[in-house]
Amino acid sequence: MELDAPVLLSVDDLDTLIATLRTDGYRVIGPTVRDGAIVHAELTGVGDLPRGWTDEQGPGSYRLHRRDDDALFGYAVGPSSPRRELLPPRHRLWTAVSDGDVGFRVREEEHVPAKLALLGVRGCELAAIAVQDRVFLHGLYEDQVYTANRQDLLLVAVECGTPSGSCFCASMGTGPGIDGGADLTLTELFDPHRFLTRAGSTRGQELLAQLDHTGAGAADQDERTHRMDAAAEQMGRHLDTTDLHDLLLGNLEHPRWDDVAERCLACTNCTLVCPTCFCTTMEDTTSLTGDEAYRDRRWDSCFALGFSHTGPGSVRSSTRARYRQWCTHKLATWIDQFGTSGCVGCGRCITWCPVGIDITEEVAAIRATDGRRAARTGASP
Amino acid sequence: MSAPIATIERPTVAVWKFASCDGCQLSLLSAEDELLAIAGEIHIAYFLEATREVSDGPYDISIVEGSITTPHDAERIRHVRAISDTLITIGACATAGGIQALRNFAEVEEYRSLVYARPDQIAALADSTAIAEHVPVDLELRGCPIETSQLVEVISALLAGRAPVTPTHSVCVECKLAGRVCVAVADGVPCLGPVTQAGCGARCPAFSRGCYGCFGPMETPNTTSMADHLADQLGLSHDEVAHLFRTFNADAPAFRSEARRRERAATATTEG
Repeated sequence: MELDAPVLLSVDDLDTLIATLRTDGYRVIGPTVRDGAIVHAELTGVGDLPRGWTDEQGPGSYRLHRRDDDALFGYAVGPSSPRRELLPPRHRLWTAVSDGDVGFRVREEEHVPAKLALLGVRGCELAAIAVQDRVFLHGLYEDQVYTANRQDLLLVAVECGTPSGSCFCASMGTGPGIDGGADLTLTELFDPHRFLTRAGSTRGQELLAQLDHTGAGAADQDERTHRMDAAAEQMGRHLDTTDLHDLLLGNLEHPRWDDVAERCLACTNCTLVCPTCFCTTMEDTTSLTGDEAYRDRRWDSCFALGFSHTGPGSVRSSTRARYRQWCTHKLATWIDQFGTSGCVGCGRCITWCPVGIDITEEVAAIRATDGRRAARTGASP
Repeated sequence: MSAPIATIERPTVAVWKFASCDGCQLSLLSAEDELLAIAGEIHIAYFLEATREVSDGPYDISIVEGSITTPHDAERIRHVRAISDTLITIGACATAGGIQALRNFAEVEEYRSLVYARPDQIAALADSTAIAEHVPVDLELRGCPIETSQLVEVISALLAGRAPVTPTHSVCVECKLAGRVCVAVADGVPCLGPVTQAGCGARCPAFSRGCYGCFGPMETPNTTSMADHLADQLGLSHDEVAHLFRTFNADAPAFRSEARRRERAATATTEG
């Protein structure tokens, strides 16, 4: 959805946009440099953005470097994702208060709608939000916490001009360019430094109307096209999605699962940085005096032993079973369940794996020695 | 077996010390915000660090700190077990033998003659061992020292008759929940977080330091892959990797076997 013609914003206009949102009561969350990485935090102005920084990413490695320009969005995605804002890592659901011998009262937490603006959201992240929407908004149940954070969410997206060595959004069809899904979509252009800006909603239009923008010309549009083409060429990783669903589900006994299990630490990092992973667990605790009981919900991971714990023990006790579950769910059974891939190609699971396990490499290895083909031709699998 | 602890008005608690530094039992006294509530809910019957007042056993709950290092202590822990309904071990010494288990990889006779003026008066076992190697243990709390909040959680759980929330997954979960940037990936710092059990709230990474594994191995520790990565990607020598695993939980099986493997590799490298 694109409304009206694209316009140009300056760096100062972007600063005004942040100030306007804050005046309107929005908490503006966006990228900033902290502890050697570009993370999400509350922004007070353009000055908080990672001006002149870029990231170098690869399997198990992330480093910041200076750029030779003043780009505000000259990097790929960092360890945090919109998921943290929409379904916080830990939150209380209810408290039960004892009434002495009478019984107890349950006090549910109020989930007040948040006035949240996410700035600098990338194409892969917009896709991830859409994936989580299917889980939390459009599934069997509507999640109250997610809904409260999502319903008034304002999205200021930025097209990705500097993909990293771990990125493969072009393979997954989620980037680097953006076609809708945000209230405003920016493309950072240089010489002069400016932002080609498109409104994708009436709220986006209203915001633009408050800014002192200028019209964009054909040259600006051409520069955007050129930059997005160049970005698509710069993808550090590639995932062949041809027949991916059947490939993985037809290779459940492939020896590669044993191979990756030897390297996998089952530490959960891939799942906790993934922008679409949605699993949580409940933690029930009580006060020392026993007068109050609490139910908290926190992020969980299919790599934790307790995740599949049932009466007799963990269903997926081996790391092989857990990696296979994660990979096949993300790339195959997610499609059966939600009608979309669970992977958006952001590359976080590759970068933030402490031992650098690369999902694109694992899938490529299985494709190269497809057990189904071996079975068809009569060769030993 | 006596009545469930949750049904007892004020269960009696004894705190025992074996070979240890006292740091873990002091964690109970450090629970300043909860201390009065704790004192109201339980009867401290034996806790020499806190009070000289001693009540005779048996006790509903025994909290045991320290490892077994002498023949006398090997007997004493059996007595403690016999007079305790629920026995909880706290800290790396009690759960894995502690830093003093480094002697398990050396000749204790040699140490004895070097350290003591009258070595003949010292009765020491060859190894420093975890309490669970001597008597059945109902619950273990890891750490050097333990995390006070985990001890308070376990006491609360016992009083309520529920399972305590003490997850056995990796420290990485705690870093990610807290939104901390991974020091291993973003800074190349050797960090044992992926193979170490959670519970500390990822204290060291919070200060940009690598985890040094004081909570011991997590539920499914792939120490070999971790060690390969430290050596191949971060350039640590076999000896350096062995040292990382050989600290407060040196005798925990997963850490012990990996350190041994690296030591052998170091020897092979030297001889080669």
